[in-house]
Amino acid sequence: MRDGGGSAALLLLADGRLPAGSYAHSGGLEPAVASGRVVDMAGLERFLIGRAETAGLIVAAFAAAACACAARDDITAMAGLETELDARIPSAELRKVSRDLGRQLRRAMGAVHPHPHYAALGAAPHHPVVLGVVAAALGLDPRDAALAILHENNAGAAAAAAKVMRVDPFDVHAIIARMAGRLDQLAGIAANAAAGPAADLPSPGSPLADIAAEHHRRSDVRLFAS
Amino acid sequence: MFVSSLPEPAAANRMVARAALASERSADGRTSRIRTLRSDGPLVLRPSNPKGAEPLTHRRHDVARISLAAGTAGPLGGDDYALDIHVGAGSTLVLQEVAAMLVLPGATGGRSRMSIDIRIERDATFVWWPEPIIAAGRCDHCHNVRIAMDPAARLVLREETILGRHGEAPGAFASRLRITRAGAALYDQRLSFGPASTGWNGAAVLGNAKAVGSVVAVDPGWGDAPPSAAPFDRDAALTPLAGPGIAIGAVAADSLTLRRLLIRGLNELGSPWAI
Amino acid sequence: MTDQTTNDRRALRLGVAGPVGTGKSSVIATLCRHLRDEFAIGVITNDIYTDEDARFLKSAGVLPEERIRAVETGACPHTAIRDDVTMNLMAVEDMERDFAPLDIVLIESGGDNLTATFSPALVDAQLFVLDVAGGGDVARKGGPGIGRADLLVINKIDLGPHVDVDVEQMVADAERARDGAPVLALSRKRPETVDKLCDWVRGLHESFAAGGHVPIDPGPMAPHHHAHDDGHHHHHGHGHRHDHTHTPAHHHAHE
Repeated sequence: MRDGGGSAALLLLADGRLPAGSYAHSGGLEPAVASGRVVDMAGLERFLIGRAETAGLIVAAFAAAACACAARDDITAMAGLETELDARIPSAELRKVSRDLGRQLRRAMGAVHPHPHYAALGAAPHHPVVLGVVAAALGLDPRDAALAILHENNAGAAAAAAKVMRVDPFDVHAIIARMAGRLDQLAGIAANAAAGPAADLPSPGSPLADIAAEHHRRSDVRLFAS
Repeated sequence: MFVSSLPEPAAANRMVARAALASERSADGRTSRIRTLRSDGPLVLRPSNPKGAEPLTHRRHDVARISLAAGTAGPLGGDDYALDIHVGAGSTLVLQEVAAMLVLPGATGGRSRMSIDIRIERDATFVWWPEPIIAAGRCDHCHNVRIAMDPAARLVLREETILGRHGEAPGAFASRLRITRAGAALYDQRLSFGPASTGWNGAAVLGNAKAVGSVVAVDPGWGDAPPSAAPFDRDAALTPLAGPGIAIGAVAADSLTLRRLLIRGLNELGSPWAI
Repeated sequence: MTDQTTNDRRALRLGVAGPVGTGKSSVIATLCRHLRDEFAIGVITNDIYTDEDARFLKSAGVLPEERIRAVETGACPHTAIRDDVTMNLMAVEDMERDFAPLDIVLIESGGDNLTATFSPALVDAQLFVLDVAGGGDVARKGGPGIGRADLLVINKIDLGPHVDVDVEQMVADAERARDGAPVLALSRKRPETVDKLCDWVRGLHESFAAGGHVPIDPGPMAPHHHAHDDGHHHHHGHGHRHDHTHTPAHHHAHE
């Protein structure tokens, strides 16, 4: 499928072991389980699919757009992406999580693979924006950026299942395997959208994720930061 | 009006409606008046009498009030409705609805569309308090709302969507609400469910809810510090937007419960928002 | 702007590790109480659940609340101080920036187990806290923290008689396991032991400020007790902060 290099760089970026602190987040799974909305494997699969189709598609499109802009050294476009992304995340808590993860990824990649673009992203850039810029710095294309963030988000939430639910880890990875084609497809949609104006980037809402995130922040018994 | 000149037989009963509404500050500056009121086909706009101190406008008396009444059932598959709203500088416009909007499949299939474009000018206030949209079984509807605000304009709107009539699985439904201030995005949320979408019944999106809705309020008076987040119910939360606005989001098993949650959310804001 | 700070003028970063319940938070509270008039101090806690350790320290009133911050580790307290320290590193750097100039930032690990140690990318030095209630043979069994932390603290020595532990024997075992590296028997109720702890930190800070301190990595793995030659493993602790590319495994992974 890939005609040149870059595959290994893509795997690096999508790997949950990249030391950028994402292991502390369940992608909203912990509050979904705590509220009784996810109780079994079928519910977990619906949760992951819904998340990929909404918040996943949004971050994928913004990562792709940021990658495309960074590849042509258009760093001034990032402020517009930040505003558009803020408008797509009604939950203040989830906006903060996105910015925390963005700072962390930039901090890590500043040591792992430095690039002058990182410093131009403002005080607390959103995670997909940083990831897109990092992808460009690694020589990846917008679709790669979209796929990396889709996979990392999905695998991260799925991995959290082992800590917050009674699950067989093989069953969890079977869901990830079944979703592979879907993530490929979403990455393609995201990359296409990234070629258009920022105002038209996808904006599918996830009302329960927004509500759950605000509850989670106030919970006294939580394993994950989000 | 009926469009009968299109070649496809499926389009024979297609209904196209273009309605418009505009308000302005009266010449003496003492009240708001309607400048344009153009009903079209099923989109019937009627002035309604002010009720005295108007809730959601900080209890103003000088408001223009309009009711939108559907002249027929629908939209039905194939229908194309558009409503253009212009809230002139300094005026206050309250738009309500007489009844819920039932989105139905057409006799010959096809997608129904409703587009609402709203401009709110400087120092103007727009209160949009519609009734729910009910996405009936087998419907195929696309609902698009765009609101362009001046930075010194106020807005309060409610949106409620019901997933099918009682005991019915919903048809294909897709909506978008996009709010900009001085051209910059403040709120942009799409919602899609039904047989043409996937994942919406997962616990990150709607779960097994049959009703979903929100209230969005924008008030430049909040500056960069809108009210802080309040998850006031298991199924609802008030959250500050990244600007002078808040969103109250809720899901529920039915429209009545949804309505109560949204009202509770408004009451979380206290005076003068509480109703 | 970026979030990296330069090494000059940054605070001494001191990690406090050790098993659950041995008194890490209490050691930190003690240090803050006794050193806060000499040093500008900040504290980062790593919690397994929410931010309970940060809440404990705030309620103890040992520092202004804003100088105590929690890192949430997603039930991976081990990872947060060793494999992926980004969250902690940023918490430290943010605190150093917000309260500049700070002299010392204390980082408390989430109570995990005997094998959790801090990465040299995160801390300049670490102390490992055991307590007598955990049993007298723990020190003898060893582990990377016990064996090679900059200081081993044996806490709650006043409880020795109550839990049937010979404190002197435990200290002697620990010193043997550490090849003579410092071991400190501590009790909040014995002021002379608290003074020793504070003096150790003073000395460390002096050495750090003078540029003479070289971080030592206890290593991530339990050492082999029968072989005291470390020759074939652990070369991380050679003083190259933030410079992962010098680690052969990482180097190859990027090629």
